[in-house]
Amino acid sequence: MARVVIDGKSYEVDGRRNLLHACLSLKLDLPYFCWHPAMGSVGACRQCAVKQFKDDRDTAGRLVMACMTPAADGTRISIDDPEAKAFRASVIEWLMLNHPHDCPVCDEGGECHLQDMTVMTGHVVRRNRFPKRTYHNQDLGPFLTHEMNRCIQCYRCVRFYRDYAGGRDFDVFGAHDQVYFGRAEDGVLESEFSGNLVEVCPTGVFTDKTLARHYTRKWDLQWAPSICAHCGLGCNTSVAERGGMLRRVMNRVNPEVNGHFLCDRGRFGYERAQRVTEDPEKEKRTPEDSEKKGLSESSGSSGVKRFSEFSGSLCGLLIGIGSPRASMESNFALQTLVGKDHFYSGLSDLDASLVSLILDILRNGPARAASLQDVENADAVFILGEDVTNTAPRLALSLRQSVRQKALERIGKGGIPLWHDAAVREAMQDEHGPLFIATPYATRLDDVATAVWRAAPDDLARLGLAVAHEIDAEAPAVSGFRMPMNSMADALRDARRPIVVCGTSCGSVPLIQAAANVAWALRRQGRAADLCFTVPECNTMGAALLGGGRLGAAFEAEADTVIILENDLYGRAGAAQVDGFLGRVKHVVVLDHLRTRTTSKAHLVLPAATFAESSGTTVNNEGRAQRFFQVLPSREPVMASWRWISEMLVAAGRTGWASLDEVLAAMGDARIRAAAPPAAGQRIPRRPPRYSGRTAMAAHVSVHEAPPPPDPDSPLAFSMEGFSPEAPPPLTPFFWWPGWNSIQAAHKFADGPSGVRLIEPGQRGAFFREVPAPFTPRRGEWWVVPVHHIFGTEEQSAMAPAIVKRSVEPTLALRPEDASDLGVSTGGAVQCMLDERTYRFRVQLRPELPVGVAGLSLMGATKGVGLPCWMALRRA
Amino acid sequence: MISILRSLWGVFLHAFRRRVTHRYPDEPMPLPPRWRGRIVLTRDPDGGERCVACYLCAVACPVHCIALQATEDASGRRFPEWFRINFSRCIFCGYCEEACPTYAIQLTPDFEMSECERKNLVYEKEDLLIAGMGKVPGYHYYRVAGVAIEGKGKGEAENERPPVDVRGLLP
Repeated sequence: MARVVIDGKSYEVDGRRNLLHACLSLKLDLPYFCWHPAMGSVGACRQCAVKQFKDDRDTAGRLVMACMTPAADGTRISIDDPEAKAFRASVIEWLMLNHPHDCPVCDEGGECHLQDMTVMTGHVVRRNRFPKRTYHNQDLGPFLTHEMNRCIQCYRCVRFYRDYAGGRDFDVFGAHDQVYFGRAEDGVLESEFSGNLVEVCPTGVFTDKTLARHYTRKWDLQWAPSICAHCGLGCNTSVAERGGMLRRVMNRVNPEVNGHFLCDRGRFGYERAQRVTEDPEKEKRTPEDSEKKGLSESSGSSGVKRFSEFSGSLCGLLIGIGSPRASMESNFALQTLVGKDHFYSGLSDLDASLVSLILDILRNGPARAASLQDVENADAVFILGEDVTNTAPRLALSLRQSVRQKALERIGKGGIPLWHDAAVREAMQDEHGPLFIATPYATRLDDVATAVWRAAPDDLARLGLAVAHEIDAEAPAVSGFRMPMNSMADALRDARRPIVVCGTSCGSVPLIQAAANVAWALRRQGRAADLCFTVPECNTMGAALLGGGRLGAAFEAEADTVIILENDLYGRAGAAQVDGFLGRVKHVVVLDHLRTRTTSKAHLVLPAATFAESSGTTVNNEGRAQRFFQVLPSREPVMASWRWISEMLVAAGRTGWASLDEVLAAMGDARIRAAAPPAAGQRIPRRPPRYSGRTAMAAHVSVHEAPPPPDPDSPLAFSMEGFSPEAPPPLTPFFWWPGWNSIQAAHKFADGPSGVRLIEPGQRGAFFREVPAPFTPRRGEWWVVPVHHIFGTEEQSAMAPAIVKRSVEPTLALRPEDASDLGVSTGGAVQCMLDERTYRFRVQLRPELPVGVAGLSLMGATKGVGLPCWMALRRA
Repeated sequence: MISILRSLWGVFLHAFRRRVTHRYPDEPMPLPPRWRGRIVLTRDPDGGERCVACYLCAVACPVHCIALQATEDASGRRFPEWFRINFSRCIFCGYCEEACPTYAIQLTPDFEMSECERKNLVYEKEDLLIAGMGKVPGYHYYRVAGVAIEGKGKGEAENERPPVDVRGLLP
């Protein structure tokens, strides 16, 4: 801690920060552009000038850039000094020389940091009479609009895209006052994190192209805190709607999870839910009965009545299948309805065994489940079998920061403050710390890896086990294994906070055991080693925590009625098996918001709410329970799944739940309940204070304004009335502060973490002892591993229009040698028999694949194939 | 008594004074051009809609009686997909006109818009849009703004240099 004097007042601040960061943390207004909380200072924009004084007798002082000055003990500065103010005003005037006259048609308008700073410095009249500089724009793909005229050359975009996110296809070009931020030529931005430019850019050079299709100003949107539903990491988001239409997703800072950035799938994947929720009638979101078509015009309660007719006396033979993409509450409600013995968790059998193994490792072993922030701070990383960019994209961004930690430590010792980004990068050059990647195929992180190794999953597991043995002799040895990466065990042992990244994507049990062995071996050596497992869906971990039978057992179970909760069984098991099951059960009831093959086979489909229409809790890969909140007011007959089930309970003469808090109370887990405050006390408005058009939006329907819809499930209100500035982090719907309209207002809010960790490590130290046999290729058959795609694999975002434009065609990846043996080349087709069905795949050549291994895109129909598996391929 | 007579005399004299009451509606009311009455949406000199759907009128409105939805056409021009003013809420304060950066929304000297039913006071874009430029003749937002639209490329707006050649090496 350090004491600094700002404008005559003494404050206690964090001495490791720079003055700008310190001032902003004190909620003082100091204009800035190029500084970013996650990216540090470069002192490029000269906007944060303040007057610094030597001591209390110094009255002259000197101008310094706050972002480039450490908040050292005893520092005396003045923000309000007239000279500093005049300096800042002239900097703004100079930045505005070439800024075009287009705020009214700029999507950033109303949430523009440049607007805010211009107003804050008081620059109101343009004095310059000379013509403005202009630029041509580029087409940057389906996510971003480019408008270079608005640029103020703060360099934040290149610093994020190249330095922070490791992108290579975006840069700054040109010279002197004609620099240009863009690509060498028009084209899609390759980075999976390009969407963050919308928030990183302080003005409107990069804006959200999906938002422009249904443009609404930030002040006109109704926001709710949400949790991204598109992978297992549980990034915190703010989702926004207006007029019943889901309009955009923005980042919500959670320092322990996503920090300041999201991946493009999380940011732009909302369009699927938008389609689904936009028009319930067009999307046929009414209870649907395959036998009695007339039910579709009926309201919600008759859906339940129909259901009770179905199940009436059959309760004993009622089973339920949960879902890893439904909330904890919905899964719990179903479990309550059908009883613990008749509840099945809805994960595929393979996923269920992998995730329960992961749970066992994290709960009983000594290694902790790492948060994304822990990953960012790790000084050595070993990735076993995961293509993280495609399975848990935001994790890849954290891993890119972790490779800097070793060098940062050295640089920090040398006296360079770590926020001094330019100096740090200069001192660091290309040095990047230990990151070992062992995967079946190339990943997007290979460019920062210390060493990469390609092998079949079993061989990867052997590598992991061998490394564990080398770190700690107690761990089982792997006979006949030649270590491909010599320095690996040493590098991990040398680290203070090493992390092992693994996950379910290879579908390999030995691999996960090997990852655990490595982390445990490091723990035995006294290192604070953590484990980071990726899981496929937003509540996979929660579904595993809740327990339930295997899906395979559900297919065997005796049942007259099955209730399937937000789950497409065809993506979890073979089509023949699912067909047999659904054909055998008399009544199939499906609660879902997506139309899937399972809903088409159902006898009764009840329209369940999407993440935007309901509140609930999900548990991320780290075991962190986080609450998401409804942003779209409820519309009959769509209801949250747990509400449907509550109605069913009532219809069966049992007690249901009226609000989310009642479900949470029934669940009885105080930690899950503590993930967010209950619905009590002063309401927090979902709408910004400037929300407009309340008396005109629906005036064409009725001139009498309806009261705001009630929300029994959360302390948030569908209104602009209430009190928001002191909302706790899990309840902050959006970042706005007087004078700070852009997302940069985040620093005005409490920056504590949100969510509650449900899993803490145990003490067990016994290593996994089974060592898998080396992988032996077969003739004419390939071990086909799933290839995940950031755009396309995840069910809920796969159909979003912008995501579809970035999706690739599903392919089968083969080694060129294997392909030429089969007589096919890139673009050719192969076929194979699986489950008595013939599949045809287009071939993609990937020379890095290990012998005997092929990769198959995991999207759509291939999800039920049961990868990984042996496949006999032949030319189609 | 004297005061009563004086009053009578006064009243009698008034019979010959000039009439001050206005015989509205037989005689139309002369209103100053800056009168804040019925709101209209004007067009630019080319006949295109001036409104670029920036939402500033909506947010300036103290009674929240303006709502709209922005959209963009193939030529790159922004315009409101729909634009609605609920005149049964409007207080004719003129803040929307002040806020409008393109002189699109204007208040006119017309107050004769009484209705028996409130719902008839909800005006849609078709009811608001007029054929002319209103009080600000000649102004064309896109001739000033830096964005490119069909027929006006980058660097062709007022007071703009031609677009930078990024690959140029000249100092």
